[in-house]
Amino acid sequence: MSSAGQIRKKSFGDRKILSGAVVDSFVKLDPRTIVKNPVMFVVEVGAVLTTVQLVWNAVHHAGQIGFGLQISLWLWFTVLFANFAEAMAEGRGKAQAETLRKARAETEARRLLPDGSTEVIVSSALRAGDEVLVCAGEFIPGDGEVIEGVASVDESAITGESAPVIRESGGDRSAVTGGTRVLSDEIRVRITSNPGETFLDRMIHLVEGASRQKTPNEIALNILLAGLTIIFLLAVVTLQPFAIYAGAPQSIFVLVSLLVCLIPTTIGGLLSAIGIAGMDRLIQRNVIAMSGRAVEASGDVDVLLLDKTGTITLGNRQATALHPCPNITEVELASAAQLASLADETPEGRSIVVLVKEKYGLRGRELAAHNPTFIPFSAQTRMSGVDMDVHEIRKGAPETIAKYVAERGQEVPAEILEIVKDISNAGGTPLLVSQDRRVLGAIALTDVVKGGMRERFDHLRAMGIRTMMITGDNPLTAAAIAREAGVDDFLAEAKPEDKMALIRKEQAKGKLVAMTGDGTNDAPALAQADVGVAMNTGTQAAKEAGNMVDLDSNPTKLIEIVEIGKQLLITRGALTTFSVANDVAKYFAIIPAMFAGAFPQLGILNIMRLRTPESAILSAVIFNALIIIALVPLALRGVRYRPVGAAALLRRNLLLYGAGGVIAPFFGIKLIDVLLTYAGIV
Amino acid sequence: MTANGWFQIAFYLLVIVLLTKPLGIFMTRVFNREKTFLDPILRPVERIVYRLTGVDEKHEMRWTEYAMAMLLFSGVSMALLYLIERTQKWLPLNPQNFPNVEPGLAFGTAASFTTNTNWQAYSGESTMSYLTQMAGLAYHNFASAAVGIVLAIVVIRGIARKETDKLGNFWVDATRCLMWVLLPICLVSSLVFVSQGVVQNLKPYATVQLIEPQTVQVTGPDGKTTTQTVTQQVIAQGPVASQEAIKEFGTNGGGFFNANSAHPFENPTPFSNFFQIVLIFAIPSGLTYTLGRMTGSQRHGWAVWAAMAFLFFVGVTTVYWAEARGNPLLAGTDQRASALQSGGNMEGKEVRFGIANSALFATVTTDASCGAVNSMHDSFTPLGGMVPLINIMLGEVVFGGVGAGLYGIVVFVILAVFIAGLMVGRTPEYLGKKIESYDVKMAMLAILILTFTILGFSAIAVVKPFGTSSISNPGPHGLSQVLYAYVSSAGNNGSAFAGLNANTMWYNTSTAIAQLLGRFFMVIPVLAIAGNLAKKKIVPESAGTFPVTGGLFASLLVSTILIVGALTFFPALSLGPILEHLLMLAGKSF
Repeated sequence: MSSAGQIRKKSFGDRKILSGAVVDSFVKLDPRTIVKNPVMFVVEVGAVLTTVQLVWNAVHHAGQIGFGLQISLWLWFTVLFANFAEAMAEGRGKAQAETLRKARAETEARRLLPDGSTEVIVSSALRAGDEVLVCAGEFIPGDGEVIEGVASVDESAITGESAPVIRESGGDRSAVTGGTRVLSDEIRVRITSNPGETFLDRMIHLVEGASRQKTPNEIALNILLAGLTIIFLLAVVTLQPFAIYAGAPQSIFVLVSLLVCLIPTTIGGLLSAIGIAGMDRLIQRNVIAMSGRAVEASGDVDVLLLDKTGTITLGNRQATALHPCPNITEVELASAAQLASLADETPEGRSIVVLVKEKYGLRGRELAAHNPTFIPFSAQTRMSGVDMDVHEIRKGAPETIAKYVAERGQEVPAEILEIVKDISNAGGTPLLVSQDRRVLGAIALTDVVKGGMRERFDHLRAMGIRTMMITGDNPLTAAAIAREAGVDDFLAEAKPEDKMALIRKEQAKGKLVAMTGDGTNDAPALAQADVGVAMNTGTQAAKEAGNMVDLDSNPTKLIEIVEIGKQLLITRGALTTFSVANDVAKYFAIIPAMFAGAFPQLGILNIMRLRTPESAILSAVIFNALIIIALVPLALRGVRYRPVGAAALLRRNLLLYGAGGVIAPFFGIKLIDVLLTYAGIV
Repeated sequence: MTANGWFQIAFYLLVIVLLTKPLGIFMTRVFNREKTFLDPILRPVERIVYRLTGVDEKHEMRWTEYAMAMLLFSGVSMALLYLIERTQKWLPLNPQNFPNVEPGLAFGTAASFTTNTNWQAYSGESTMSYLTQMAGLAYHNFASAAVGIVLAIVVIRGIARKETDKLGNFWVDATRCLMWVLLPICLVSSLVFVSQGVVQNLKPYATVQLIEPQTVQVTGPDGKTTTQTVTQQVIAQGPVASQEAIKEFGTNGGGFFNANSAHPFENPTPFSNFFQIVLIFAIPSGLTYTLGRMTGSQRHGWAVWAAMAFLFFVGVTTVYWAEARGNPLLAGTDQRASALQSGGNMEGKEVRFGIANSALFATVTTDASCGAVNSMHDSFTPLGGMVPLINIMLGEVVFGGVGAGLYGIVVFVILAVFIAGLMVGRTPEYLGKKIESYDVKMAMLAILILTFTILGFSAIAVVKPFGTSSISNPGPHGLSQVLYAYVSSAGNNGSAFAGLNANTMWYNTSTAIAQLLGRFFMVIPVLAIAGNLAKKKIVPESAGTFPVTGGLFASLLVSTILIVGALTFFPALSLGPILEHLLMLAGKSF
């Protein structure tokens, strides 16, 4: 479990975060802050208006004090609740930023001078281009690249993973992050970022929400909400002249209550919390998104490019089957294969031993009595094996073994050649095993597809996302693995530049493409992709190019990222729909209450049979405020995403949040009315 | 309600369904400039028109240029109509020697006909010369209809095209709309109307002796009431049939006579009545098919059609039910339908048409932003009269005006897609086009303009003496009259709760402004949406794409229209028709 995850678990019930959020919800009452949220700004203005009216009434003994006081209080609560939702979402990020900040603490750095000597300076004085020496036990003073040496590094401050990782110069393992600690050896690091711009700095900014900008969809939604607010403002402002014409003018308390109930306060109050929580959910999964825009885009992804090795398959070829020659038993072949592999430390070799053990129950034997001489794999012989007593057992590629037995006057049986061809055609790698001059049979090495991948790809397909496997294998092998894993398409014999071309091609068709990568040669493609997830183990260039970094360096994470993106959008849509649908019931509560005095006949619209006009209006206002608090957990957790087709998802969510949004407040308002009446408040 | 009445309503809807596809395909071909059977005759004429006017038919416009051309065309046409009205006294074809139209009325009428509203604060037969009717008003009936249709086509192109800023040529689109769609069908329809007895002449009005002299009481200018015996009647004449066809087909609704389609010379027979309402829905319904065809999603076109048809059906059912039920205050009277009487509330309705056809006409004309009437909506029962009011409040999108209905519903489609689209876990898309903040902003602006115009003017009118003095019935009915005037103006409908005296300085000016705002300030954001959509890429469809076809989408669209409309206008409605209805049940009428 990562430290990020631990922080998260702690934070939900953390009193500190809770009390911090309560304080923050008052701080956020500042009109300069709240004006960024037009809906809540209108509520605040309404609350000020009713408060002023209340004071005026009190001074002039104009009545309606109790009612006015309660309305005003609940309007202030509405604003506070919305602020609280946002503060809660931010608070969880702040807690994490705190831990990260500790890792960023000032350290000393040994800067290399041109003459080869070193000087000790504080880490904040380092600039990009400087070179430093870091020894075992020291903190790496800033982001950079190893230019000399190899060391094991503890990166738990960032990834939460306690096992040390190897960092070495050259290749794709050269990037180091400031704030991580060297455990062994000494490395020379070239610093690549200036103070304040390091990876850690950016992470802190992101989790704190300091650099949080509104995403495109959030901006559009805000416009919609502002538009709806203006429409309702018009409806309420013009209602007063109509009421005057009808001979039943309304008080400020009632008009403001109606307005606040109609404008979409539920979504208006929760919108930024939903966005922050979405980023937060990524952080919980140890993914750092460089912008909210990227999270949103991940919900829209049409094509996932997945590297075969490590993502779809386990990464190494493994022995999966033995094919003996006609006159040889499987056990004989298994025994020989085991002997030939005992000293083979490659993953392939070990997998043969494992297969033989599991399938044929052959355990390792005491060979010392037989005088064994192990022949390790070498580039010249291209075989491995063992010589014991009189027998020479060999294992190797078909051509090599064919040559080996041919030198001894034998040839490979036709049946075996046939099997070798079949294995290749199926995407596997064939090996032959021989004893002395005789070929005993073939071993099939195949890529093993990770468990559960097919189901995940089926889910993705149901979501409307096409998966594409990228591999350096030949088309035949690629096709076989693609078929087994259930991906929609594959790109075989892929070179880095092919990846780029593929992304461009898909994008030209209007599709959004997501991919993962870690190497420097992945960087252009990562930058080109709409969602580019760089592995934390990857190079600095890859991390710069992508718009997300996966701290666990797990390529399958991409699927979860897509789900989080979708969840974020669904939560927004669901709460918007719910908020607007709520208005129907509020009208039925407030309109009859407004005119019940002048026109008792309108009482027929009071279908909830609310007790008094005051209690009806107050109940609607209270419901409107409480629903924000009630939905905070949903906003932070997100609406559950189901990998079904869009039509099914829409039907379900419309029913739940649309129809539910129409019905729920009828019960909610009635319940509050009953409680208020029971408590004797109105 | 009678089986016969239901049958007529059902038969009407069936005819509209059958017309939708052929008309939709025809319009698609006309505006895509593909071959049609009319080409051999019309294409040479079209070429000559362009040569004479210097229009380059290959030139394609961006949305801003298109909007400018449209505004220029409408502005010049409006000025021309104003000029004709103001000088008709000196111009030919004025056998009744009508004086020049007053400036306020002339301006209001010019605005009203330019915006396809056809709100009439005058009686045609006692105000407008034949020249004004033909060259002024009928011209606008064609021109404003053509403008509406081509704007809808531009919006459809905006959805269908990709990665371009070119949306077509206004002059070419308008010319083709007039020559291929409006003129040929109106020519044939006029002859059908003549066959039914609609007059078509340029004769002076006829004076005839009454068979049965009538005694009437007249209040003179001195306030004294005298009794007079009337022995003669003036029967108005005119080129009516030619105007009748475009009045309905272009959803204009401006009657040649004050009584509009209730007048026997405009609408003499049950068949002419049926033919009129078919003409009203023909283009708006056909355009939904054009939408589907041009965007390559025929099922989307039908889903939009279904949403419209559903709202229409609910409306007509309510009006029919409310009117057939009669007036509960006349409990002692036999109001049942029988072989001898149509039953129900017959006040303000023609005996020729009865309840079902009056209810159907009222629903069709207010759904479609037409405004022609064959009965007086002011005399409907409160709930019966509320339906026409709501139909217009919904934004004239239930089939709607020619073109206006389609681009109006696209605004609601965008809102529906945006609100609910998120719930499938993608940023909202409409037929492959991502709906972004600019589109939402423009869609909200279009809706805001309507709301602002309707509620703003009504609120002023009900508290200021210059507004309330025109109200003929007190109480909630008066509020309905004022609301209806502005709803009808902003929605470019043009029908009226006739009780309101609209020929005053305030109403002439304010309704004219409402009409201009409702048309042109609505159109500009809509064109901006079209321009913006056309620039976007098309995201290919997948299993994760928001479905804009089928019953689910249609019901989502219906809910969006109803919720936005209802939430905006429910307070006003509750103090108007709803309160009036409840007071009526309590025995109080206005």
